[in-house]
Amino acid sequence: MNITIIIINLIAIIFLSIAFLKDKKKAKESLKIAMMSFIKMLPMLFIIVIIIGLTLGFLSADTISSIVGKQSGIIGIILTGLFGAVMHIPAILAFPLSASLLEKGASITVIATFIITLTMVGMITLPLEIKELGKKFAILRNVFSFVIAIIIALIMGVIL
Amino acid sequence: MKQNIKKSMIKESFIVIILLIISIILLVLFPEKINPVTSTAGSYFLEMIFILPAVMVLMGLFAVFVPNKLVIDYLGKASGIKGMFIAILIGTLPTGPLYVAFPMVAVWLKKGASISNMIVFLSAWACIKIPQEIVEFQFLGFKFMLLRLVLTIIFVMIMGVIIEKIIKLTDKSRRVIE
Repeated sequence: MNITIIIINLIAIIFLSIAFLKDKKKAKESLKIAMMSFIKMLPMLFIIVIIIGLTLGFLSADTISSIVGKQSGIIGIILTGLFGAVMHIPAILAFPLSASLLEKGASITVIATFIITLTMVGMITLPLEIKELGKKFAILRNVFSFVIAIIIALIMGVIL
Repeated sequence: MKQNIKKSMIKESFIVIILLIISIILLVLFPEKINPVTSTAGSYFLEMIFILPAVMVLMGLFAVFVPNKLVIDYLGKASGIKGMFIAILIGTLPTGPLYVAFPMVAVWLKKGASISNMIVFLSAWACIKIPQEIVEFQFLGFKFMLLRLVLTIIFVMIMGVIIEKIIKLTDKSRRVIE
C-alpha cells in the first residue's frame, strides 16, 4: 500500500466524518453523488484497465516507442494531441493510462500533450461552447489551448 | 443530460465486452502472455480502485457543501492580475466537468467580466483540479505533476491576454467598418 493512497483515503474519511457530524442529510447526498459518479466511470475504468493490460502485455517497448515515443516526432505529438482533443476520457483515468505508456517507452512530450489536450480542448463539447460563449471565444480558446499544450509538453520533454 | 449519460454508459459497457472478447481470444492464442497481461492489468486496477473512490467522495462533498453559485459570485468580483490568480484558484476547486462552466462564464461575460480572466478560469477548471492532481501525482510522479501545473498556469495566463486582445481588436475593427 502506497502512502498517497493512505493519505487521500484518510482525508476523505476525515472530511466525510465532519460532514456527517455537521449535516447528516447533506453528507448522505454527497455520498450518493460520489457513488453515482463512480458507477458512471466504471465502464471506462474497465476499458482503460484492459487496454493497459493488452498494450503492456503484447506490444514491445520498441513498438510503443515508435507510436508515442521520441521516434514519432512532431507528427506523433500532433496526432496524439488531436486524439486527446476528440476523446472524452476523465482525466483521472488518463493518468494511469499515461503512466503505463511511459513505463514502456512513450515520451514525456507525447504523454503531456495527450493529457493537456484531453482536458483543455473539447471537440465533443465545442458546439455547446459555441452556443454559450460565441464562435470566436470558443474557437480561439480551443485552438490556443491546442497550441499551448504542445509548447508546454515540449518544455516538459526538455526538462524531465 | 441524464439520458446522455445512460447512453454513453451503455456504449462504454459494449466496448468493455468487445475488448474482453478480444483479450480472451488473444490470450487463448498466446497463452504465454496471460501472466504479463493479467498481472499489469490487475496491479493498475488495484491502484485505481484504492484511490478513485476517495477522490469521488471528496468531489461529492464539495459539490453539496459549496454550491456553484457561491464560487461563481466570488469569481465575478475579481479583476486584474489578482483576479487571474483568483480565477485559477476557483478553477482548481473540485467542481464538475467543463461544460458545466460554460453557462456560468457566459453570464459573467455579459456582466462585464474580463475575457482573459474567463479564459484562465475555464482552463484551470479544465485541467487543474485539486483531487485530480493527487491522482496525477500518484501515477506520474511529483516532478511531472508540478511542472505541468506551473507551466500550465503561466501559459494559460498568456493565452488569456492574447485571446482578449484578439477579440477586442476584431470587435473594434468590425465596429469601424459598420
